[in-house]
Amino acid sequence: MAATRLFLRASPVKCSLTGLTGGVHSSLGLTLLKLSPACTAKPQAQRRHAAHFTYHPEPAPSQYGPTQKMNLFQSVTSALDNTLAGDPTAVIFGEDVAFGGVFRCTVGLRDKYGKDRVFNTPLCEQGIVGFGIGAAAAGATAIAEIQFADYIYPAFDQIVNEAAKYRYRSGNMFDCGKLTIRSPWGCVGHGSIYHSQCPEAFFTHCPGIKIVVPRGPVQAKGLLLSCIADQNPCIFFEPKILYRAAVEQVPTEAYQIPLSQAEVLQEGSDLTLVAWGTQVHVLKEVAAMAQEKLGVSCELIDLRTILPWDTETVCKSVVKTGRLLISHEAPVTGGFAAEISSTVQVRVRWEIKAFYFFYVTDFKL
Amino acid sequence: SVEEFLNGARVVVSARTYADFTPQATFDIKKCDLHKLEEGPPLQAVLTREEGLQYYRTMQTIRRMELKADQLYKQKIIRGFCHLYDGQEACAVGIETGINLSDHLITAYRAHGYTLTRGGTVREIMAELTGRRGGIAKGKGGSMHMYTKHFYGGNGIVGAQVPLGAGVALACKYLGNNEICVCLYGDGAANQGQIFETYNMASLWKLPCIFICENNKYGMGTSVERAAASTDYYKRGDFIPGLRLDGMDVLCVREATKFAAEHCRSGKGPILMELQTYRYHGHSMSDPGVSYRTREEIQEVRSKSDPISMLKDRMLSNNMASVEELKEIDVEVRKEIEDAAQFATTDPEPPLDDLCNHIFYNDPPMEVRGTNPWTKLKSVS
Repeated sequence: MAATRLFLRASPVKCSLTGLTGGVHSSLGLTLLKLSPACTAKPQAQRRHAAHFTYHPEPAPSQYGPTQKMNLFQSVTSALDNTLAGDPTAVIFGEDVAFGGVFRCTVGLRDKYGKDRVFNTPLCEQGIVGFGIGAAAAGATAIAEIQFADYIYPAFDQIVNEAAKYRYRSGNMFDCGKLTIRSPWGCVGHGSIYHSQCPEAFFTHCPGIKIVVPRGPVQAKGLLLSCIADQNPCIFFEPKILYRAAVEQVPTEAYQIPLSQAEVLQEGSDLTLVAWGTQVHVLKEVAAMAQEKLGVSCELIDLRTILPWDTETVCKSVVKTGRLLISHEAPVTGGFAAEISSTVQVRVRWEIKAFYFFYVTDFKL
Repeated sequence: SVEEFLNGARVVVSARTYADFTPQATFDIKKCDLHKLEEGPPLQAVLTREEGLQYYRTMQTIRRMELKADQLYKQKIIRGFCHLYDGQEACAVGIETGINLSDHLITAYRAHGYTLTRGGTVREIMAELTGRRGGIAKGKGGSMHMYTKHFYGGNGIVGAQVPLGAGVALACKYLGNNEICVCLYGDGAANQGQIFETYNMASLWKLPCIFICENNKYGMGTSVERAAASTDYYKRGDFIPGLRLDGMDVLCVREATKFAAEHCRSGKGPILMELQTYRYHGHSMSDPGVSYRTREEIQEVRSKSDPISMLKDRMLSNNMASVEELKEIDVEVRKEIEDAAQFATTDPEPPLDDLCNHIFYNDPPMEVRGTNPWTKLKSVS
């Protein structure tokens, strides 16, 4: 395997097979595992790991006006505040949004804009999204909140069968493009099976909707405002572990970050790393570690929009480096990495050095 | 009379024989509100001394267990999500005494009380809360996922357990075993679409299903008035007959459950019960429970309608038990909880090999990809 050859050439590390979890191991794998600070060689010492990455705030953007220190949930509030101020048809609804939401994303909005614009719904996800589709089709900018992405499945039919296909089946006479669905997403450490899921892969199988996952507050506000402005129904997944952990200088005015554009965070020549949401920060550390310990230069790409995804940026990068590693939190089988790797393989198969694509997931339960 | 003499001599005589206690008494219980029913449950309930002591013990065990779980959660020995049942003990105990152990029961995530009444032990429950291998779900389920024979959990997704319960009821009807299924949900879940789908199916096919809405007035932080167009949850079944009763009175719950079980077993189809109850804790351990209701309200319910106090007062004022006897039960319960907590804290966590087991049913063992391409995990089931 080309990738294997690279690593071994750069660092002639000999390592013994210490059984970590039993099963098949390669020396390459063990080398990489040993380098990870989160890995303990002693399986008996089952240490508790909290957040396994450090969030590094990005420099404040200068082109959008004055900035203010905000964390992720505050940047979402700011985006919603800008929307409600500028668009008189905008309404926000969902479970418990009136008092501010279980993650405080809508704090203060009801007091500021009135209870007919920020209101609670009863406990009915299918009803919430169906209602949102109708409101959007009738002309309101509808921003629905699903309290946890794990609860989005009752609304799956509405999203896939109604929202995604409305424009197409009515020959462009009707659409629910003004609908945005926001939902906390991803592992948080103590969430277990029903407060940690990343369901983006289920929705990517459906043309007609857009799926966006930000990596931090500045990105979140810009991408959310783009989703709201976008004339297609959008699902905006907010990594819940970053709600408080990610703090940055975020512009107070409204601004938009374009959808379907991946961002190259770090240029490199040996390996392309692709991730979205929380995992971007893990891969930032991986890239730094690989550079320091193995002399490997990684190019890190944040996908940002999962559907429709930016194939150009990723393929261009893979042509340059020749190797691709995709990392995401959701299960491996049928996860979005499978789609990325197969598309890249088809598009650039004559130009890549390695026909080996790794997908790595965080096994979160 | 001899009784008067003995009662008068109560202060003097310290040792009491069991012959001094009233073996059973009849109590008036509140009338239920009825929907599409000609008659309701009886207005009086007979309670024997043994039954009273048993209900007291079980309710006190649930109460102490939940308070211990609260303590352990604050010490970070229990982590994740924990939804406590204190205040609602009369529902779990009353329902269990109205049905047989061979009947079936399914509920949502506030399930610790039901796990106990359905045959779980405090040790197993607490070990499951702390995620150890002695737990009732082998440490893999946690607070929301506890199961015993004929108790289908323990379900995290709100409302999802109700159609499941109807399915269990169908199995009972199909197998002709005269068993019923008790299907519980809360006031928040009552607004979920699948509940109404289930009402229709259960009624159409006359399934032996008791739907029980535990109305504790708040769906997480939303009061019922703000969530439901109709707070008469017992009428929401429309074509399904319904009862509304005081869920803080264990005898009321027992009589209503017996009535409902009889209704189902006689082939009349499903029935709906609304238990008006209250939870002292917040929705979960991350909810202080006082931002959407006043402390005075909680205090008022505690002082006027606490299920354990109500039963205790009834038994004491009718001379069915002595204060010392009940105190003894308290001491025994406390000890049981302490032992269980000790076990739950010291039992080892499940082995890493258990991580991927029981995903599919598969024979031979299946390979599962782990967090990196070089780790292969095994799934045995």
